[in-house]
Amino acid sequence: MLDTLIPLAVDGLASAALIFFVAVGLTLVFSVLRVLNVAHGSFYAIGAYVAASIGLWIASASLNPWLSFPALVFSAAIVAVLFGPLVERCLMRWTYGKSEAIQILVTFGLFLILEDLQRIVFGVRSLAEDTPMQLLGSTQIGGVVYLNYQLLLIALAVIVVLGLRILLTKTRIGRLVTAVVADREMAQSIGINTNRVFILSFTLGVFLAALGGALATPTAGAAPGLGAETMVLAFAVAAIGGLGQIEGAALAAIIVGLARVLAIYFAPSLDAVAPYIVMLVVLLVRPYGLFGQAATRRI
Amino acid sequence: MRAALFLIALAALALAPIAAPWLQFVLTLALAKGFAALGVAVLLRGGLISIGHAMFYAVSAYAIAFLARAGLNEFVVLLLLGTLASALAGLLIGAFLVRYRAIFFAMLNLAMSMVLYALLSKLYGITGGTDGLRLAVPRFFGLALDKASFDTALYYAGLVLMLGVGYGVQRYLASPLGHALAAVHTNELRLEYLGVPVRFVLLIAYTISAALAGVGGAIAAMAISHILPEFAFWTASGHLVLVAVLGGIGGVAGPFIGSLFLEVLHTLAVGVTDAWNLIIGVALIGVIFFLPSGLYGLIRRRSGEPA
Repeated sequence: MLDTLIPLAVDGLASAALIFFVAVGLTLVFSVLRVLNVAHGSFYAIGAYVAASIGLWIASASLNPWLSFPALVFSAAIVAVLFGPLVERCLMRWTYGKSEAIQILVTFGLFLILEDLQRIVFGVRSLAEDTPMQLLGSTQIGGVVYLNYQLLLIALAVIVVLGLRILLTKTRIGRLVTAVVADREMAQSIGINTNRVFILSFTLGVFLAALGGALATPTAGAAPGLGAETMVLAFAVAAIGGLGQIEGAALAAIIVGLARVLAIYFAPSLDAVAPYIVMLVVLLVRPYGLFGQAATRRI
Repeated sequence: MRAALFLIALAALALAPIAAPWLQFVLTLALAKGFAALGVAVLLRGGLISIGHAMFYAVSAYAIAFLARAGLNEFVVLLLLGTLASALAGLLIGAFLVRYRAIFFAMLNLAMSMVLYALLSKLYGITGGTDGLRLAVPRFFGLALDKASFDTALYYAGLVLMLGVGYGVQRYLASPLGHALAAVHTNELRLEYLGVPVRFVLLIAYTISAALAGVGGAIAAMAISHILPEFAFWTASGHLVLVAVLGGIGGVAGPFIGSLFLEVLHTLAVGVTDAWNLIIGVALIGVIFFLPSGLYGLIRRRSGEPA
């Protein structure tokens, strides 16, 4: 049993790592902007399409195939720079302080717009580009073959968790972000440029989502409908961890990843249901998520 | 003025399939979504946003498909039982969910609907998986009709239902229970101090809104006669909220106006542009920022009443 479960677990953790990138972006944007961005999954999809397109271009121009690795990160950066500041300035900032219903609806409108933009620009084809996965090959440990690319994904997720934690606690900009999260008015009144913090945080959120999408292309490719699918999964992971909790999102991603593995092993037809059942159980017991703190009710 | 507008609109709806037969199917679906959007609008009155309401739409549709397979083949019975199934599901789920507010309420609804969606698309043996279930043409009050005449009968039955159910919902919203619902949105704590059982008020509202989505799901199931898991997907729920807000959640007519307007426009736009979602997304954002009471509010303002 174990020798089937461990490769499955690596598989599950690798896909959990991808969802983690999206979920941690969602959670970061939520804690700074206090808006749950329903269109967040679309940035994952756009990141995937951009990365696949650039990857295919590198292959067709017969450039050095190792270029496809920086190209993945570069794709995510393009998406972030293109959409982050624009969307935050033109749309998100009008929803600050509004009711949740309005925030959800406005971002749902954004979701519809981005879905169509993606379809118009990239069409309805699926793109597949797996050079990075081929280049890294596989490792054999104890008679089991692991894809090195999947191990890389897991390592990257760990790096992102540590990186974000260091960014938020050790750097100046990170401390500014923390201050804005703690008390927006107070931060503003002591002279912190909150608009800049909003733009930066949102752009970082978009970057993380697009990075998840870009890193997913070598194993999963890019296909229509990816945005809507990823959105709910990221949502589930962020909610399980507690909205606004970075380590919470990481733990939730691991739980969801392993729950899927167990589901695949014991009840294959339930594999897609597993994340939502975990979400449901966690939220019913702890509505604020595993790491979340209950907010005090205001009159 | 308002009564005249209402009668003109109703006459237009009744005559539309005769003038343009291709409109009938579109309008039937618009009515179905209107019911579900009305359900969402009821909850929005209490300040609760559900991005999972399509699950009740799907519960009713699948219930009807199962019942039809079991040999029940009568429009009225199917409609009633489908709605009842949704109402029961609403009562059950609502009993858990009325403890939550704001973003958590929205998320739990989403989680519930996605569990249902995943189950519907995975349990091939029971639900037909992603192929869905087909539904034979039911009898209409005991009459065996062919598909075309059944569709016409279904449309007019839908119109009558819209009037009946719409009146019922209006009475509910005007009742003390309905006012208490709006008051939950304004100040829940004060309501509790007054001795109003807030959770009970919300549970009633949740059950009613699930039943409304059930009516919609039943009509849609019989109109399309092919039921798919996509009925319960979260984007379908998002569209229901969109329709409710676009039409305006102030009155009972709002969601129906929004739904009819959107479906007809969609049918017309498909031939001209394929960027429909983009247009509707921009329109939604525009309505939220510039027309907070929706299309219905616009009509009321034009006819000289406070929106």
